[in-house]
Amino acid sequence: MNLWLIMLMGGLLTFLTRLSFIVLLEKAKLPPAFERALRLVPIAALSAIIAPQLAYYHDSLLISPTNPRLLAGILASLVAYRTKNVVATILVGMAAFWALEFFLKTQPLGG
Amino acid sequence: MSRPPSASFWAGLRDELPILLGVIPFGLIYGILALSAGLPPLDAQAMSALVFAGASQFMLVELLRAGTPALVIVLTVFVINLRHALYSATLAPYVKNLPLRWKGLLAYLLTDEAFAVGILNYQRQGVTPAGHWYFFGAGLALWASWQLSTAAGIFLGAQIPAAWGLDFSLPLTFIALVMPSLKERAGVATAFSASLAALLLINLPFKLGLIFATLLALMVGLLLEKRENT
Repeated sequence: MNLWLIMLMGGLLTFLTRLSFIVLLEKAKLPPAFERALRLVPIAALSAIIAPQLAYYHDSLLISPTNPRLLAGILASLVAYRTKNVVATILVGMAAFWALEFFLKTQPLGG
Repeated sequence: MSRPPSASFWAGLRDELPILLGVIPFGLIYGILALSAGLPPLDAQAMSALVFAGASQFMLVELLRAGTPALVIVLTVFVINLRHALYSATLAPYVKNLPLRWKGLLAYLLTDEAFAVGILNYQRQGVTPAGHWYFFGAGLALWASWQLSTAAGIFLGAQIPAAWGLDFSLPLTFIALVMPSLKERAGVATAFSASLAALLLINLPFKLGLIFATLLALMVGLLLEKRENT
């Protein structure tokens, strides 16, 4: 399946989700458990993709202070939690990542 | 108080403007990342029009780069955007008397940011003859700024060397989206169990680890909420 087909199907499903209750159930009332589950979905899916991105460095699992992605990610998480600001989070995270990579290249810590 | 359609449209557009401050950098970053993941410029732009949903576009770019099978990508995008069903249900009573083409148009524009502004207006004003024009104005402002900031990001992305490691801004973007929504224990537990499960299941075939980790974490979160509420 090529990229355009993926985008068309993803877009169509997204559109149908947005259209769903507008067309189907005019006096819609969702069960509260379903509503809560939907609110937790982005948290679950995004966390599941963040964790490996931080824990892997150069394609191998590295849960240690010598992993710049992990340290920069933790720092960015604190910034995101405190500021709720997307741009600040990315700027701090990228700056930390570059600084740590540079530091590790110049003085390798047992690695 | 009932406004004519044009006044209603401009009011919606105007009320959406403050939100655009947060959306435009997001669109820029998307454009840059899509290019750094190897998407052709036209495809990166088309995704902003076809999928038109921030978080899932970032996710799609990342899954493409990781070589995820198409079906898993489509399923993941669908699951992430399922929350829009909530918006659809909330908006439904206000638009039930509109013709189908209006329902379709508003559904296409029903993003997190347009919903936030549009539903507030409905809740304040109730159903008015031109109320849907307000929603259309807010939604169109968001749509246009998303397309333009994507285009600007694609242009910028073409100038940035890969050696900068800009792909790391993708997990950072996700962190910026998740962290502010961790307010209760159930959310925190969901995030932790999703992270742990994703690491444990990472070697499952077809990148299915992502979907299983998401479902497992959802169950943990829901069980915890149920216990807290009873």
